[in-house]
Amino acid sequence: MTRWLRSFGAFWYDFVIGDDWRGAAVVAVALALTAVLVHAASVNAWWLLPIAVIGALGWSLRRATSGKP
Amino acid sequence: MSSLALFLTVFIACAVEAVEALTIVLAAGLTREWRSTFQGMAAALAVLAVTVAVLGPALTLVPLTALRLVVGALLAVFGLQWLRKAILRASGYQGLHDEEAIYARQVAAARTATSEGRRGVRDWYAFTLSFKGVLLEGMEVVFIALTFGANQQNQGLAAVAAAAAVVVVAAVGIAVRAPLSRVPENTLKFAVGVMLTSFGMFWGAEGAGVSWPGNDAALLAIVPGTALVALGYTALMRRARASARAAVPAAGRSAA
Repeated sequence: MTRWLRSFGAFWYDFVIGDDWRGAAVVAVALALTAVLVHAASVNAWWLLPIAVIGALGWSLRRATSGKP
Repeated sequence: MSSLALFLTVFIACAVEAVEALTIVLAAGLTREWRSTFQGMAAALAVLAVTVAVLGPALTLVPLTALRLVVGALLAVFGLQWLRKAILRASGYQGLHDEEAIYARQVAAARTATSEGRRGVRDWYAFTLSFKGVLLEGMEVVFIALTFGANQQNQGLAAVAAAAAVVVVAAVGIAVRAPLSRVPENTLKFAVGVMLTSFGMFWGAEGAGVSWPGNDAALLAIVPGTALVALGYTALMRRARASARAAVPAAGRSAA
């Protein structure tokens, strides 16, 4: 049962998160920050998530190719 | 988002996944035997149908704001995965997705596997190969169709687009009886990555409470903007790779 649960979890992790968990972490943090800015500071922070996603993509690509010719 | 955009996004994304599933089904069917392959395919389709039957109505019960936040986040993460892979392939850092090569690998593995009947299935290898292939690729189809359909509150149209893609790919596959290597899969994956990431950002931010400038019209800037950024990264990485490769022989020559 534990083995089944582990492989079930591994499947969904690989399915949604994939090779680089940092992208998912950046999206989650950016969404949380957006919600805080909108609801606590009344800032319509529509620009935050696109900037975070573009940055996360560049970061992820850089990590994937560093040291590769 | 217009119905046409919803239809096209789901159709293209699902067609790409269906092409990949078809390669595996053909490898199993043509190399092993068709009956077990079809049994595996039918079992996978049944699991997918149950998933849709359970998740589809459940998603309509979730409040739209919460749905957009969660689904937007998932789509953005999922889209980033597709886009990252597509850029790595387009810039030459990763091999292009080649259906013929994948087909050849699957056929070679299928030819050497032992034939064994189990649980009423004549060829267990063909069954499991077909089942896994259709289930894994189909899960992506279900995910994309459900999330897009639920967010647009038009699951019917998303389901029609997904079904149409599967039917078209299956019909072409039956006609040519070979992997659809001429489908520009890498380009389509790039486009789908752009769409998933764009809609993920749009819905995710909306779910977090943002009002996009221009409301839905913001997508007319987000989608091309994401595409331009992705193309820019691809060009930068191509250039970096070319310079790195040019520098290696030069360094070798000077050392010699």
